[in-house]
Amino acid sequence: METKLNYRIAKSKGMNWLIILLSALCVLPLVFILIYIIKAGIGAINWNFLVSIPKPVGEAGGGIANALIGTAIIILCATVISVPVGIICGIYLNEYKKSKIAYWASICVDVLQGIPSIVMGIIGYLWLVLPFGGHSAISGSVVLAIMMLPIIIRSTEETLKLLPDSLKEAAYALGMPFQRVILKVIIPCGFSGIISGVMLSVARVAGETAPLLFTAFGNPYVEMRLTQPMQTLPLLIFNYATSPYTDWQNLAWGAALVLLIFVLALNLLTKLITRRWKVQL
Amino acid sequence: MEQTMSANGFVNLQETTIARKTKQVNRSNNHIKGEKIFKGLLNFAGLLLILVVCGILITLVWQSLPALRSLGLRFFWTDTWNPVTNVFGALPFLLGTLITSFLALIISIPFSIAVAILLGEYFPKGGFSNFMRSTIDLIAAVPSVIFGFWGFFVLVPLVRIFEIKIGVSPNGLGLFSSALVLAIMIIPYAASLGTTMIKMVPSALKEGAYALGATRWEVLRSVILPYSKSGLFAGILLSLGRAIGETMAVTMVIGNSNDLPKSIFSTGNTMASVIANEFGAATDHVYISALVEMGLFLFLVTFVINWIGKAVIKRFSKNG
Repeated sequence: METKLNYRIAKSKGMNWLIILLSALCVLPLVFILIYIIKAGIGAINWNFLVSIPKPVGEAGGGIANALIGTAIIILCATVISVPVGIICGIYLNEYKKSKIAYWASICVDVLQGIPSIVMGIIGYLWLVLPFGGHSAISGSVVLAIMMLPIIIRSTEETLKLLPDSLKEAAYALGMPFQRVILKVIIPCGFSGIISGVMLSVARVAGETAPLLFTAFGNPYVEMRLTQPMQTLPLLIFNYATSPYTDWQNLAWGAALVLLIFVLALNLLTKLITRRWKVQL
Repeated sequence: MEQTMSANGFVNLQETTIARKTKQVNRSNNHIKGEKIFKGLLNFAGLLLILVVCGILITLVWQSLPALRSLGLRFFWTDTWNPVTNVFGALPFLLGTLITSFLALIISIPFSIAVAILLGEYFPKGGFSNFMRSTIDLIAAVPSVIFGFWGFFVLVPLVRIFEIKIGVSPNGLGLFSSALVLAIMIIPYAASLGTTMIKMVPSALKEGAYALGATRWEVLRSVILPYSKSGLFAGILLSLGRAIGETMAVTMVIGNSNDLPKSIFSTGNTMASVIANEFGAATDHVYISALVEMGLFLFLVTFVINWIGKAVIKRFSKNG
């Protein structure tokens, strides 16, 4: 009896430690990746790295200015496209829960969220590159915007769902028309939730490579025109990391560090916002 | 004189009232118009969503028709992939996707369930729990190209050493390396959903088991896990969906060979990675179409997996 009890307690303790050990092992990859990328990338980063464009193979130096500018422009365009559409769709899904279209639209949001990014790349190519005869930054922006939509829609919908009905009823009782109730009362009240959804979606697509392979395509020079191919950070990392030249690989490590810091900072910021304003996502 | 003044005042008053009334009518007319426009906009947005998804599906089907017509169902079970002679068999890539994602799933399951138990049962709140949760979330946030880059320079040499030790050809690159990278990448998805599901186990059940003298492990094994198993299953399914569609990390460490994989250590290609590698360079009509068909297949598979996962979650939340 005594030994059996001891065995059971020992087993329970053992499993306890096993679970803690396995969980601790899950943290390790992130730590390793962070350490390794910081170690490999920090040497490449200096002022010159941020303001000059990549040099041809064999020449030392060079930077990632083209990718930084390209990423900024493409992400900005994607945000400009997806934020209004996403917020309006979120409002629609929240306001018309019972309609048939809203039901199907809600399913479509789920489908959209599950589409593999490479398939979105194909879609971007077939919709925007083939008909207009060439790779362009704007096609990449549109694809990224479509990928941002589900996150923005869901966060808008969830935020609005949490707002008390009395808010809306009070606004209606004052004689406000529907569109004003939504735009002047509901949206401002859920603003922090919507903003964190937008930031999360930006963080998600900032590191996307696959959809841009056939759309924005990449460009070794600084490019400002939306109708031309443009370089982005993930594309630069992919192209230079798989190249056999050490100079280019070092450039890619530096770019990886910049991208990682940007994405992780955006994620942490979103987390802080959601905690600060007690938003649930 | 006095009379005219008062009459004037009266007239003025009347005029302002009328003016105000018309203003009010105008304004409420404007409001009604605005409301109509706004509601139209909302409806349009909902329709737009449906249109986009249907458009994606129709485009994929339409563009893969040439390949379907010229290759038929042979596409899925022949293993020759030769763009020069326009013979396309997707079997190596189907197998590649199947092996990498399921291997990744098997590797990740113990870890994701351990994290789910840790965060759902052992440390549901507090500083340590927050730290763990943030870390796991951040793993999900790391861009896949960075995983691929890191895997290529860190994991692949390690795998090569391991392969030399067990005496298989030391590629380093290959299905096994991709499965390892994938496993790390998908842990957060199964873990975060599993945490939610384990938290939903009613405490009365757990307390009852403790009162009967069960140890912590026994409560876990015979109360918590059976209760939340469908939820955990759903989380694992969703992470499988991620693994199947994952592209960049896999492309960088799988070795990119179009032959049928002989073992889990040989190089190969998944459906996603072959699209990433070849779609940009494909020129022939049937070639592009064959790649699009693979994209369509990926889309459908991930759709079905996500759909089942979501259905299980919905049922579980209703019961719970």
